[in-house]
Amino acid sequence: MSETTERLIERLAAEAEPVRRLPAPAVLATLWLLAVGAVAAIAILGFSDLDVFARRAHDLQLLLDMMATLTTGVAAVVAAFQLSLPDRAPAWALLPLPPLAAWIATSGYGCYRHWIAFGPDGWELGESTHCFRFILAVSAPLGVSLLLMLQRARPLAPVRVAIVGGLGVAAIAACLLQFFHPFDVTLLDLSVHVVAIAIVIAAASLWGRWSGRREARS
Amino acid sequence: MAPETNRALSRDREWSEWMAAAQRGDRAAYERLLREILPFLRALAAGRHRAPDRIEDVVQDVLLTVHRVRHTYDPARPFSHWLAAIARRRSIDALRRRGRTEAAEVSDAQAYETFADPRAKQEMEARDRAAGLGPAIASLPPGQREALEMLKLRELSLAEASRASGKSVASLKVSVHRAIRALRAQLTGGGR
Repeated sequence: MSETTERLIERLAAEAEPVRRLPAPAVLATLWLLAVGAVAAIAILGFSDLDVFARRAHDLQLLLDMMATLTTGVAAVVAAFQLSLPDRAPAWALLPLPPLAAWIATSGYGCYRHWIAFGPDGWELGESTHCFRFILAVSAPLGVSLLLMLQRARPLAPVRVAIVGGLGVAAIAACLLQFFHPFDVTLLDLSVHVVAIAIVIAAASLWGRWSGRREARS
Repeated sequence: MAPETNRALSRDREWSEWMAAAQRGDRAAYERLLREILPFLRALAAGRHRAPDRIEDVVQDVLLTVHRVRHTYDPARPFSHWLAAIARRRSIDALRRRGRTEAAEVSDAQAYETFADPRAKQEMEARDRAAGLGPAIASLPPGQREALEMLKLRELSLAEASRASGKSVASLKVSVHRAIRALRAQLTGGGR
């Protein structure tokens, strides 16, 4: 850097306009989750087949699966907002891991049960393309709104923040999918879910990388 | 409580108040804060970097980052933690950048020998340029060459050169200008 530190301080002080302090990460996470919850409730009431869902809701495995996806989503969103600030512990990134493990376990158990019930037919391609499109289509607007909100903190580790945020968005999309997906998942369906979630996380990570570069240039 | 801990706490409180004032647009408090945190930042950077200029680069990078993310500081939390987290991150970024640069560099013993010292590099380049300059000057029309030699190489004044050559000052200026343009075109491969 050619500018001296002394000169830099003078310049920064001269440029220091009043700034609006960022609300606490828990407040931002709550606001975002409430907004998503409100939109999701409207979509579920308006477009899903609640009768079919009510019949399936007696299945404990489905309820556990939904609880695990929702907890993963909420935990990842809370963690992403925390990680977006400079002085929060990187360990926040671990917060969504326990519910994620539960999600993987319940999904795996669902596939196993499907395999036992249907044998080799359990490998058939169920509603995979629908699920794939649903997860991507729901994750895209959720992801953009979340990343834009996270961007306000101008995170120092934008890729990490974006990956955790991407996981949150994909998990919420996977939870919502249950209202529009009145079938048990086959192993192939689950693989497709994993691919869709991986795409969402990879896209979020690319966003993080891009915003990090832009930040470095500014 | 140990006196050092007390001192650190009161320093942190002071920094925190200055930053809160800076967030409200108090430039004097902000400038005071940025000056006060310099020794702290230099000490943190020195933990990861050895070269003084590199330490100063990291310190400046941290100051720029503090400026960019000052809206994220919550005065209810310790300022030093917030600042140290930024400094740590920027120090690591600088190490990574350095690692990437070094990985992309090719080790060339001769290049190192020639260019390690910038003065040596300049000397080599000047010698290279001088090698092409002689023939280029020789190829100039006599009037231009004479004007160039008198005004630029022998460093005569315009009046002295005018007396020595019997040409007007205006004509000498035009000749030198044309000579330099012709030389530039030759030496840069036909540039402007």
